Amino acid sequence: MADAHTSAPGLLDPLRRFLDGDVWASFKRSPVTVGAAAVTLLYFLAAAFGPWVAPHDPFDLAKLDLLDSLIPPAWMADGDPRFLLGTDDQGRDMLSAIIYGSRVSLLIGFASVLLSMVLGIALGLLSGFVGGAVDAFIMRMAEIQLSFPAILVALLINGVVIGYFKTHPEWQVDQVTLAYVVLVLSIGLSNWVQYARTVRGSTLVERGKEYVQAAHVIGIHPAKIMLRHILPNVMGPVLVIATIQLALAVIAEATLSFLGVGVPPTEPSLGTLIRVGNDYLFSGEWWITIFPGAALAILVLAVNLLGDWLRDALNPKLR
Amino acid sequence: MRKTLMAAAAVAVLAGAFAAPAAEAKTFRWAFQGDAQSLDPYSLNETFTLGLLGNVYEGLIRRDENLQIQPALAESWEIVEPTRWRFHLRKGVKFHNGNEFNADDVLFSADRVRAEGSDLKTRLAGVTEIVKVDDHTVDFVTDAPNPILNAEWATWYIMDKEWSEANDATAPTDVTAGKENYATRNTNGTGPFMVASRETDVKTVLKPYDGWWDAANKKHNLTEVVMTPISSDSTRVAALLSGEIDMMYPVPVQDMKRLEGDPNTDVLAGPELRTIFLGMDQEYDELLYSNVKGKNPFKDVRVREAFYRAVDVEAIKKKIMRGLSTPSALMISPFLFSRSDEFKRPEYDPEKSKKLLAEAGYPDGFEVGMDCPNNRYVNDEKICQAVVAMLAKVGVKVDLLAQPKAQYFAKILRPKRDTSFYLLGWTPGSFDSWNVLYNIIATPADDGRGKFNVGGYSNAKVDELTAKVLSETDAKKRDQMIFDAYKQLNDDWGYIPLHQQGLAWGKRANIELAQRADNQFMLYYVKVN
Repeated sequence: MADAHTSAPGLLDPLRRFLDGDVWASFKRSPVTVGAAAVTLLYFLAAAFGPWVAPHDPFDLAKLDLLDSLIPPAWMADGDPRFLLGTDDQGRDMLSAIIYGSRVSLLIGFASVLLSMVLGIALGLLSGFVGGAVDAFIMRMAEIQLSFPAILVALLINGVVIGYFKTHPEWQVDQVTLAYVVLVLSIGLSNWVQYARTVRGSTLVERGKEYVQAAHVIGIHPAKIMLRHILPNVMGPVLVIATIQLALAVIAEATLSFLGVGVPPTEPSLGTLIRVGNDYLFSGEWWITIFPGAALAILVLAVNLLGDWLRDALNPKLR
Repeated sequence: MRKTLMAAAAVAVLAGAFAAPAAEAKTFRWAFQGDAQSLDPYSLNETFTLGLLGNVYEGLIRRDENLQIQPALAESWEIVEPTRWRFHLRKGVKFHNGNEFNADDVLFSADRVRAEGSDLKTRLAGVTEIVKVDDHTVDFVTDAPNPILNAEWATWYIMDKEWSEANDATAPTDVTAGKENYATRNTNGTGPFMVASRETDVKTVLKPYDGWWDAANKKHNLTEVVMTPISSDSTRVAALLSGEIDMMYPVPVQDMKRLEGDPNTDVLAGPELRTIFLGMDQEYDELLYSNVKGKNPFKDVRVREAFYRAVDVEAIKKKIMRGLSTPSALMISPFLFSRSDEFKRPEYDPEKSKKLLAEAGYPDGFEVGMDCPNNRYVNDEKICQAVVAMLAKVGVKVDLLAQPKAQYFAKILRPKRDTSFYLLGWTPGSFDSWNVLYNIIATPADDGRGKFNVGGYSNAKVDELTAKVLSETDAKKRDQMIFDAYKQLNDDWGYIPLHQQGLAWGKRANIELAQRADNQFMLYYVKVN
């Protein structure tokens, strides 16, 4: 990691170096990680190519037939081969709904991680590099926010943003887009602290190093030093956090949707599917809630395992 | 496994029996899917709110478990002239705070219920003058003979004049406008229960009122009643199964079998008098929440018929209501109108629907917003979702907004009326067609007529019949007028009646209660054994 900033020429070199390196070796050594990566990849592919791989389009209301509702999974007595995992109360194919739902969940997850990452890195760099009052201010803000559970902060932001859009109809956003924007904002804004604190710590370490001082001496603009010299060297831990935060963001989205302040049921995410299915916990239609629940659990577990492995692999002390 | 559980249960029961104190405190806990919107009895004309308040407040009359009229705060009444009714008030009745009930309270309540902001103005429709004959006699004078004057008075609750004045609560509070005063959160009725404490949307605790005038005939044995709103279907079922609550309604249709199969719980099911229907805005010149600009497609009768024919009520009955609904051709339950069987519901016909839309100039359909409650009627949100999917099949893109009833009612009801297409349910409080015609079918007017005709359907012939129905005393002629009015409404495709939902209450096996077909839950029939 220490030599990451000494760039070598050649297009394939980084790849070759990666395959020869410790990280790839440790990846190959751990079957759990390989499995988790495979599962995560599967989810990403399914999400990316959802409309092509899903057997039905659950968002196309014109194709739903109420008479197809509540059909059990295909292998059960009253199952229908058209619907592998059965259908929900509106006649939506569960498998397709889960594929489309993962798509929504991952999209919101990625977008909110990106938002909190950009915000957290910017504030962390600034805080560590400038120091003084700026540092104190940003870190106190971070501590205040850390003292609240993230989901509470997300709910608060959610309420404020929805209120804003409701009183400002000139934005002309439809319900679904609004729900997406609100979710990304609320999850993104409630999770920047981890990034900021990590980046600030690494920045403090890097700031005193010779290459930074050399850059200062030859008169490079401080902003450029931050972005070109320090940032690449603090990215390792950020990637680890981002991976784990992706899992947390997916859960946060599911939680908010489960609480009914997330994605509307006409275009469900995994959380919305679980909420809808929750009504059928006692009535025997277990597939409406169990499958989306399992899909969410497996996705989060796989991403978390990847994050864990990445943390260990990038930690020189554990190598 | 089952045996161990049974043994454990038996031990628990025995332990419970030994632990029970000698003088028994009978706390009755129950849950509904939402909370009362307000404790002001004139805030919202809604069955649950009025039903809950009916345990605290009383009207001049009341309804028994078979919905027959009984004397309550009025001991007796007579029609002294065709347009003059005389009510003899019960003597010795005291409000919860000890104030005496007398004619002044009736006059005060009459003014308050007709004041601006009251949602129950129609309770005294046609009453031109109220005369205090003496402290315990009041005359009501009407503009025309009205044989059903007091039919709806079981939910016109009498308030205490002195208490209202002392607490600055003489004006009714309009919940749709977000207004509040002392009466919104406090009560002072004459009924069998008093509100001991209340946290809106969390918990309402009632205690029996020892000074109730009818205490000698009381049927309940309760010492405390706790009402908690539980909106999640499965949580409500779980709470009943676990014994955390003693009674709850509505039972989610998907869970009826489960509750019936459990030896500790029972389901009381029956047809409810409420009719669930879809309304379409025919009043605004430009439809709200639509991509059609400059005009209102619902003003075209073909569009209304197209919507009607696009909705498959049988599929809703089979899949969403699980058989527990009666598809309806009328805006009233067949139990409340003798000639209902002469009406047939037009058939589900999506092809004809598409054709009608094309004829009306919308071959590719159009977009429209829909409002729907999600905690008011049985499976309300699911019905709306299904309607959205059915309309998508004929090309109409519906943007559904399903909200809790507090926000929902505030948005759609007059005067705000911020809706284009909505789902609503109606139980005529008088159990008579005039109520339906006057409240939801007649052209809206300033005097309260058509107050719940949110879509603004309007036909002069229906208005004329409505006025005649009120004063007609010959039953046969009256039924003919009602028949003609409903016929006209159906010919105009003014509304889309869907069904009468099934009434389903769940209770623990040790609870005795009476289920009223109007879905009002009266605590004085409840016994905890």
